[in-house]
Amino acid sequence: MSKMHIKLTVNGRPVDALAEPRMLLIHFLREQLSLTGPHVGCDTSHCGACTVDFNGKSVKSCTMFVAQAQGGEVKTIEGVAAADGTLHPLQEAFREHHGLQCGFCTPGMIVRAYRLLQENPNPTEAEIRIGIAGNLCRCTGYQNIVKAIRAAAERMNTAKEAAA
Amino acid sequence: MSAPVETADVRKQQLEGLGARRKRVEDARFTQGKGNYIDDMKLPGMLFGDFVRSPHGHARVKSIKKDAALALPGVKAVLTAADLKPLKLHWMPTLAGDVQAVLADEKVLFQGQEVAFVVAEDRYTAADAVELIEVEYEALPAIVDPTKSMAPDAVVLRDDLAGKTEGAHGARKHHNHIFTWQVGDAKATENALKNAEVLVKELIVYQRVHPCPLETCGCVASMDKVNGHLSVWGTFQAPHAVRTVASLISGIPEHKIRIISPDIGGGFGNKVGVYPGYICSIVASIVLGVPVKWVEDRIENLVATAFARDYHMTGEIAATKDGRIKALRCHVLADHGAFDACADPTKYPAGFFSICTGSYDIPAAHLTVDGVYTNKAPGGVAYRCSFRVTEASYFIERMIDVLARKLDLDPAEVRRLNLIRKDQFPYHSALGWEYDSGDYHVALEKALKTVDYTALRAEQRAKREAFARGETRKLMGIGVSFFTEIVGAGPIKNCDILGLGMFDSCEIRIHPTGSAIARLGTISQGQGHATTFAQILASEIGIPAANITVEEGDTDTAPYGLGTYGSRSTPVAGAATAMAGRKIRAKAQMIAAYLLEVHDDDLEWEVDRFRVKGAPERFKTMAEIAFAAYNKVPPGMEPGLEAVSYYDPPNMTYPFGAYVCVLDVDVDTGVVEVRRFYALDDCGTRINPMIIEGQVHGGLTEAFAIAMGQEVAYDEYGNVKNASLLDFYLPTAVETPVWETDHTTTPSPHHPIGAKGVGESPNVGGVSAFSNAVNDAFAHFGLLHTQMPHDHWRVWKTAERLGLTR
Repeated sequence: MSKMHIKLTVNGRPVDALAEPRMLLIHFLREQLSLTGPHVGCDTSHCGACTVDFNGKSVKSCTMFVAQAQGGEVKTIEGVAAADGTLHPLQEAFREHHGLQCGFCTPGMIVRAYRLLQENPNPTEAEIRIGIAGNLCRCTGYQNIVKAIRAAAERMNTAKEAAA
Repeated sequence: MSAPVETADVRKQQLEGLGARRKRVEDARFTQGKGNYIDDMKLPGMLFGDFVRSPHGHARVKSIKKDAALALPGVKAVLTAADLKPLKLHWMPTLAGDVQAVLADEKVLFQGQEVAFVVAEDRYTAADAVELIEVEYEALPAIVDPTKSMAPDAVVLRDDLAGKTEGAHGARKHHNHIFTWQVGDAKATENALKNAEVLVKELIVYQRVHPCPLETCGCVASMDKVNGHLSVWGTFQAPHAVRTVASLISGIPEHKIRIISPDIGGGFGNKVGVYPGYICSIVASIVLGVPVKWVEDRIENLVATAFARDYHMTGEIAATKDGRIKALRCHVLADHGAFDACADPTKYPAGFFSICTGSYDIPAAHLTVDGVYTNKAPGGVAYRCSFRVTEASYFIERMIDVLARKLDLDPAEVRRLNLIRKDQFPYHSALGWEYDSGDYHVALEKALKTVDYTALRAEQRAKREAFARGETRKLMGIGVSFFTEIVGAGPIKNCDILGLGMFDSCEIRIHPTGSAIARLGTISQGQGHATTFAQILASEIGIPAANITVEEGDTDTAPYGLGTYGSRSTPVAGAATAMAGRKIRAKAQMIAAYLLEVHDDDLEWEVDRFRVKGAPERFKTMAEIAFAAYNKVPPGMEPGLEAVSYYDPPNMTYPFGAYVCVLDVDVDTGVVEVRRFYALDDCGTRINPMIIEGQVHGGLTEAFAIAMGQEVAYDEYGNVKNASLLDFYLPTAVETPVWETDHTTTPSPHHPIGAKGVGESPNVGGVSAFSNAVNDAFAHFGLLHTQMPHDHWRVWKTAERLGLTR
């Protein structure tokens, strides 16, 4: 199948590549760019393990062709930490509050939470639960994930206040 | 000699040993997207495999045309049973002593069965090729109901077993029958039932469900033809057993096979078995000389790899009028699907279902289990469970509630009356188990008191009265469950899989600078072994957990072990870790004595050092001893500081717990809202409370899913009706309840550190708590029992049947 020229930005870096138009964004990220953080957990866009940030919105990258991402900006779990390697408060909080077990849902979950906290910097527990309803976890029962997101929000808000 | 700056307590804390809420060492990579799961693997020249699967539940395969697929650019091979036949690999042995078709041999027996294996340059081409393969089928009648399967005129499912009246577990009494297994005293039970003051009988069905870990099954097989070495990376919960099986099946010598389990994205029993995808990938790699990857998609996972449960359990209880149980009889019709691929120890074709007398002192019991074939996927794995314990626990906990209703007694009171007393331990059950330790009444009372059970019952009465007055459309349900698990398989005298004794192992090497590596025969799938096994060791040998690397899953480096499932890692490999640690300490003591110029017996162990009795200022720390082990050992002693332990446990461990669920049922919509869930677990010695709580949260959530909506449902033609996450129920964060955890601690008397294991307890105890609560909501309207899953539709139907809907 003929390939098309794809140009987009991934984790702040320009990407210039050839890909089949039918290639899903998740496979492009994982197999062509070796960004294996986002995972495939289902075929029906229910599990959210493939969640990435696309042009400022959470998307399930198994439900999008790479062709549709043309010219856009993608952020994966690999791009969540600061450029100097400092972990994002969410990454710290997930470890601190035991918000993960097998780790398979974690990249999608953190990337979703990253966007959620920009949409709503101070979410209640109920808002967090609704906010991550598109991401399934089979290990944790969500309780510690919710706790971790809440803790990260508090830390980010405190830091913001201190800076203001 | 460095002065002891810190007190023993501070040093103990710094070890982060037993009891510490140690943060997980695994999390750094997982939170940064740097895990290494099977589908992340990429090898030079690697090809992708994909299956053509049967659309039929039961059909004859008339022909397979693969020309069009082979003509597609990028397609490298198409394998069918005919290709595997010359290699004698078209059938493979199952863990249960049956055989399973690797690729359909003349017949397909379940929807989703593997018919042909396509190998191509990338997964898209492989998927295209699958579409180009034409298979001609002649449909046959399908059987999805185990009762119908045993009808005299039922269609023959397994042509390959024609005329075989003996199976792996004794006589077969029908062409679709696999085995009958029985335990207990039939006569005494029959007598007790005949003379019972009160008799209850109920059919309790535990529906077919699926472990559905978020990562599906897969592997990468790589045959190095130059050296004759086969390497297979994959989602294996038991890598060593896979190596032995692979050697036996393929004829490749075992030392030339290396099995590696990388990070595993959840297992829950789904990744115990050996699947056709593994065999086909290995064959394809041998044939093509390049690595071959196979990773199933979610639909394939749900229809073809390892279901759980599907137990149809008929129970009878004989009791006195005041609620004392005299006898229990149980008959199980066990639907094993098309091939008997259950993962159970050899002598236990129904696993440990004979723990079905539960936590109760029942003088007489008798159990029979009939395993039968149907046109459903093979499997029968222990989904977050120790070999059918979840089924057993659900069965007895429902039966106790049914008895309570019949006697018009409170379900908690019936439990209180019949629980095994503390002074009866070690307790010998009527079905042959020796329960190691427990203090059941304390646990039950603590649970009831914490939730204020009396007040809950009063509130429920008030709600019911308000309902009768038409003031509310909601009914309140309270579910109590008290479970006893049997985990840690197991003593070799009882437990083996394919002749491999179910011991486990740990090998430790102490480095000169006082850090260490420990390798185990188990494999973590999210349980956090790298964190907790280091804690066990830290307490045993006085090296901080942070300085101990734990490695699992590579058969070339790890000692032989039977893997991780059935909550066996802590009871068996955890014990091996402690025992290997004690060997290290014994040698360290001799080295310390030599360095301090005293007799071994003059030394005592304190946290991280040996010190001279009566002269605590004279000591050698483990770090100092480690260095000395490499340059200054006593004359005649070998240098180095290493140990290995293969641990064969003397008994299983018996974790237990008391759970209470409070929920509200809307009779007009069938919507159930869990208001409160309290879980008290006793898993013996607690290694890492943070991880224990996490395990309980996760297990309860799986229990919630099973009780409230999960089912692999088949229609009469053998079609799976809910084969994707669109309609196979996995709860989201929104409907998942908030969990309250609590504990008591009754150490196991025979485990080196007293730990019992916890990962599966919440699933074992949770399902019945939810189900009891739903049934309880309707109990005063004449309901004795209604089958799971309690989804909105079924709950509404129950309300309608009882005349409660508008």
